[in-house]
Amino acid sequence: MADPSSSGDKRSFRIELASSQDNKTTLRLYGRLLLRDGTEIWRQVREHTDGLPKGHSVYIDMHAVELVDGGAMALLVHTRTDLSQRGVACEFVEAAPHVQDIIHLYRGDVRVGRKKRRRPQGTLDQLGVATRDILLEFKLAFAFLGQGIVSLGSIFRDPRSANWREVFPTAERAGADAVPIVMLINFLVGLVMAFQSAPQLQRFGANIFIADLIGISMTRELGPLMTAIVVCGRSGAAFAAELGSMKVNEEIDALRTMGFGPMRYLVLPRTLALMLTMPMLTLLANVLGILGGLCVGVFSLDLTVVAYFIQLQKAVKLWDLYSGLIKAAAFGLAIAMIACQQGLATSGGAEGVGRRTTAAVVSILFTLIVIDAIFTVFFRVIRA
Amino acid sequence: MSQKPRPRFSWPPRSSPEPLIKVRNLTIGWDDVVLQRDATFDVHRGEIFAILGGSGCGKSTMLRYLIGLETPKSGTIEIDGVTAHHVETDKPPFGVMFQSGALLGSMTVDEKVARARAHGTDVPEDAISAIVRAKLRLVGLQGTEDKMPAELSGGMKKRAAIARAMALEPELIFLDEPSAGLDPVTAAELDDLLLALNEGLGLTLVIVTHDLDSIFNIAKRCIVLDKASQSIIARGDPRELRVSDADPRVHSFFNRSSMVDATHHDRPSMSVPPPAPRTP
Repeated sequence: MADPSSSGDKRSFRIELASSQDNKTTLRLYGRLLLRDGTEIWRQVREHTDGLPKGHSVYIDMHAVELVDGGAMALLVHTRTDLSQRGVACEFVEAAPHVQDIIHLYRGDVRVGRKKRRRPQGTLDQLGVATRDILLEFKLAFAFLGQGIVSLGSIFRDPRSANWREVFPTAERAGADAVPIVMLINFLVGLVMAFQSAPQLQRFGANIFIADLIGISMTRELGPLMTAIVVCGRSGAAFAAELGSMKVNEEIDALRTMGFGPMRYLVLPRTLALMLTMPMLTLLANVLGILGGLCVGVFSLDLTVVAYFIQLQKAVKLWDLYSGLIKAAAFGLAIAMIACQQGLATSGGAEGVGRRTTAAVVSILFTLIVIDAIFTVFFRVIRA
Repeated sequence: MSQKPRPRFSWPPRSSPEPLIKVRNLTIGWDDVVLQRDATFDVHRGEIFAILGGSGCGKSTMLRYLIGLETPKSGTIEIDGVTAHHVETDKPPFGVMFQSGALLGSMTVDEKVARARAHGTDVPEDAISAIVRAKLRLVGLQGTEDKMPAELSGGMKKRAAIARAMALEPELIFLDEPSAGLDPVTAAELDDLLLALNEGLGLTLVIVTHDLDSIFNIAKRCIVLDKASQSIIARGDPRELRVSDADPRVHSFFNRSSMVDATHHDRPSMSVPPPAPRTP
């Protein structure tokens, strides 16, 4: 037990069991109860009170307490609440007025209510809630798409009501500014893919078919997809964060009360900007990917530049290019709509913005793959 | 309710005995939570009307319903004889000043006001520029046209928000906590500006606030919302309610006195701590 008088002990308090009989226990506290001694106060009080049966009463005698700080008082009040909820009555008694003030402030003299028991959610419940949430998200996404279509209709009826001035600055931010990263990534993708395929092709003496492999895969699949992933990370996240911040700062509400619906004023310009820039970026991505393949063809497979391009011309049809560009425009639509929908659904301050931005990027990536699969199957079917 | 075509600009304000805003049996809230039930009140043309009440009673939510950002659970709101509908579909016939100012961070002060003024109209750019300068002068913001919101003080942001709310010459402006976060001098200056706009231009102002000084200085009529009873517990001139209303909730609100001891016996009050219990 701590003794304030002992010179070697820095603790300035003492807790002793004054009496314990007839279902009544009195704990007497002495000295200065400070949070720096919180661990020891907690341990000693628990030592005396743990295991007391229901119906027992505990009196915490505070008459010899010189000082108690907020942290220590909070620990004592928590102990009292715990005991009361276990059916053990607990009261602070004999406190000097200045100590009683602190007890009162920390609600140590208020009757403790019954603890609300929260029934843990069962697995089926959790499954049900998760399913409902996912369906709700789908419903909101489709409702958002519907609103977009309605707003598009209203813009066709009254083109002045659209926010055209936002389209080109957004296209510049999402498109022109993304050119270096799109070029680098797609060049490397073309290069790596060609490099990985080169040994297999060499084994069969099919070096020249590197042009077919790179040309078709870049124009049909990888060009649009890699570009979409870059644009998702840059512009999708930016749109979601920007609109999310505007939402939590009441700026969206302010726009709505000025007659600027967020769909017409914010979402459609961004969507249009991405639908315009995505095919252009994809075109660039295709070129750089093919150049990456060319590097490997020339330096590793002993092809000439002319032979590579002649083979490329034979292998890649115009439709391959078009199908990639159609996909790219659809990717642009999906990126902008999902990012804006998530941004406008933001609530709960800065944390909400972060949560929705993450959700936007994850949803976009998932949707890109789904759209890509649908388009690939669809194009195969209509070309068959 | 049949809807009649609404004039885009009703200027100058018309003198009519009909209330400008008619709220009937309006119930508001979030999801399953009801904040106010069956609220009924009128706002007359040219008056400064305050919506008052303690924190969490639904004042700001009531404002969101009045400006059409939320759909009523039940009841109706008529503004200028037209049932309020979704704001996005039309240019609303009112301006709104939000508590935070809600100034678009990426635009300068004059761009904000100009954008509100120019969108969807044929007014030439130089005319818009002249109008914007006049609006900013009116609210005492001359010389700040090129500033971004981050460069403005709290009071200037509120003034910029008022200028933007006035961009379309509305007859009615809603203000959410205009003096929140302002020092007493700036708050008093803002009150003077609101009074000047009300008296000089005949604007009807609906103010949501719990700033008592502001209420007594400028509000001609008010309603007091109560959280516990989910209803309007007083209506009238705030100066009269302060001295005459017998309801202890209204009395304590207007006289800054605590209701704690009267209503929640188990809540702590530091003024008179209870005596320490004795050991049995």
